[in-house]
Amino acid sequence: MRPLTLWRLLAPCGILAAVLFVVVVVALKFGAVPVSLYGLGRDLIQVILGHTSAVSSDYGLIVIDIRLPRILLAIVVGASLSVAGTSFQALLRNPLADPYVLGVSSGASLGAILAQILEPRLALPISLAVLFTPLGAFLGAAATISAVYFLGRRQGQIDSATLLLAGIISASFLSAIIMFLITTLTGRGDLRGMSFWLMGDLSGSLQQSLRWVLGVGFVVASGAIYTTAGDLNLLLAGEKEAMHLGVDVPRVRLVVYIAASLLTALAVSVSGSIGYVGLLVPHVMRIIFGSDHRLLLPTAAFGGAIAMVIADTLARTVVAPAELPVGAMTALAGAPLFIYLLRRGLA
Amino acid sequence: MSGAAPISAAATYNAGDSARVSGEVRLSVEQVSYAYSANPSQAPLFTLEASSFQARPGEIVAILGPNASGKSTLLKLIAGTLEPLSGRVLLNGFATHSLTPRIRAQRIAMVQQESPLLFPSRAWEFVLQGRHAYGRALRFETDDDVVIAKNALAQVGAEHLSDRWMDQISGGEKQRVILARALAQQPLLLLLDEPTLHLDIGSQVDLLDALRRLAAANRYTVVVVTHELNLAAEYADQVVLLQRGKSLRVGPPASVYQRELLEQVFQTPLSVERTSSGRPRVSVLPGT
Repeated sequence: MRPLTLWRLLAPCGILAAVLFVVVVVALKFGAVPVSLYGLGRDLIQVILGHTSAVSSDYGLIVIDIRLPRILLAIVVGASLSVAGTSFQALLRNPLADPYVLGVSSGASLGAILAQILEPRLALPISLAVLFTPLGAFLGAAATISAVYFLGRRQGQIDSATLLLAGIISASFLSAIIMFLITTLTGRGDLRGMSFWLMGDLSGSLQQSLRWVLGVGFVVASGAIYTTAGDLNLLLAGEKEAMHLGVDVPRVRLVVYIAASLLTALAVSVSGSIGYVGLLVPHVMRIIFGSDHRLLLPTAAFGGAIAMVIADTLARTVVAPAELPVGAMTALAGAPLFIYLLRRGLA
Repeated sequence: MSGAAPISAAATYNAGDSARVSGEVRLSVEQVSYAYSANPSQAPLFTLEASSFQARPGEIVAILGPNASGKSTLLKLIAGTLEPLSGRVLLNGFATHSLTPRIRAQRIAMVQQESPLLFPSRAWEFVLQGRHAYGRALRFETDDDVVIAKNALAQVGAEHLSDRWMDQISGGEKQRVILARALAQQPLLLLLDEPTLHLDIGSQVDLLDALRRLAAANRYTVVVVTHELNLAAEYADQVVLLQRGKSLRVGPPASVYQRELLEQVFQTPLSVERTSSGRPRVSVLPGT
């Protein structure tokens, strides 16, 4: 018997944190404008020491003001989607569940778009207006997961195939509504920007306050999910068994649905709906680290961050100086990986 | 004992020859009833009429009856996962339904027909799950938890399975590991829903021998739902016979196993004999 210990939890997280750091440094170096590794290291140290004025203005603009915020955004979005996917897979007992497949991302997108259409008409103070899009996305995500959960039940039990179908149908229905709204209501708007956002895009710049919402929301929601990590382990065996082993199933379900919807909503409201990260990263981490959620949730968060930074770096470099939406990049890499895992046996 | 005890007189039941059954009444099922209905305004589709029995530490109670007689419903009412329509189930004086999931799991362990595992786990991980109700959400398993889980595996003779994957061991071995997980909960009351289903006769006897030994050693009260009339006759101290939601008889196997009664309940000709141990044995009489 080798039960989980603090060391066995922290060691993999430390290794993944180191990998993430290396990936971030590489991501900072690559881009339409080349930056030397030496200059990068020097400037990073200056920034960490708080001497931002010592950074040369070209590097400062490109590396610190453009690439670094975008990488940080990719880290939070990737970790959010991966944690949301991991918890949906456990709660729904379905290895194919993730925010994108279940339609939760589409629900969040629709909520975000409705919020953006409504927001100018409400004349909200600027501090509230910033929160309005994530709030709309959250309501859309929560409504979708509730609907899919009820549509996916047969005779009181969640049925895997029915659930996935309910999710896929909801996603396509919601996407149709989104296309309708975009074409009719935002006629003068930037259609290319919108379609990039729909495919998943990290190139938009965020308002300072939205960054705070994203960061705090991520910490609170993943923290809430992590308090149920032990319960999720037992839920893998089914709700009835978990209940007999002492899990307060309705409470865990509520906490995880709300928190995972919030993570999806935050990711979608800043980056659109990005597929495959929430589906595949948990599987890869499960193959490496096993299915104990006390270990799986943090490693999936790191894994999601690493995957997203790599995908976004490729998205902005492979066709430089043009850019791909990062969602296209994750699909290009994710679909073949998914097929490989499927052939190998997902579980 | 002569004749069968009517259900209202369950308290008059005599512990019989078994020295392992002793002490105060631990489980008291008092006139519990339940009704399933498709929606609240309609007549119920199935009703379990008031049932009563009592059990003490070390005692094994078998719930018998044909399909759809209400066996599993009665077991869920005892487990506290269903709320009785009337009556109550008391475990050491506390209603099982009103316990929190955590406290309930520390006192009542349920062995169900196994559900498939989504992702593979090793036997020791599976058994440690029985300690969940004793830990805090993020707490790591303590050395005590590990010792208890190891003992539980040893008690069912499955130490050697500890490092095996759950999806790579036989049905009988799996049933032992599932039982070990229930033991790791250190319960007062051990409930089993058709534990011998899918087991060959050797594994069935192994499992029930283990149950009898454990009930004596750990002072469990055991309630088992089963279709196996002869195994119940051999191993149970008390039998509850159900038919279409009615509790027909409660008492020791010798008093409940009356030929006419069993023939009427199971709708088939049967013969009932006594074995050398004084326990009844039922044989089917095909084609008569």
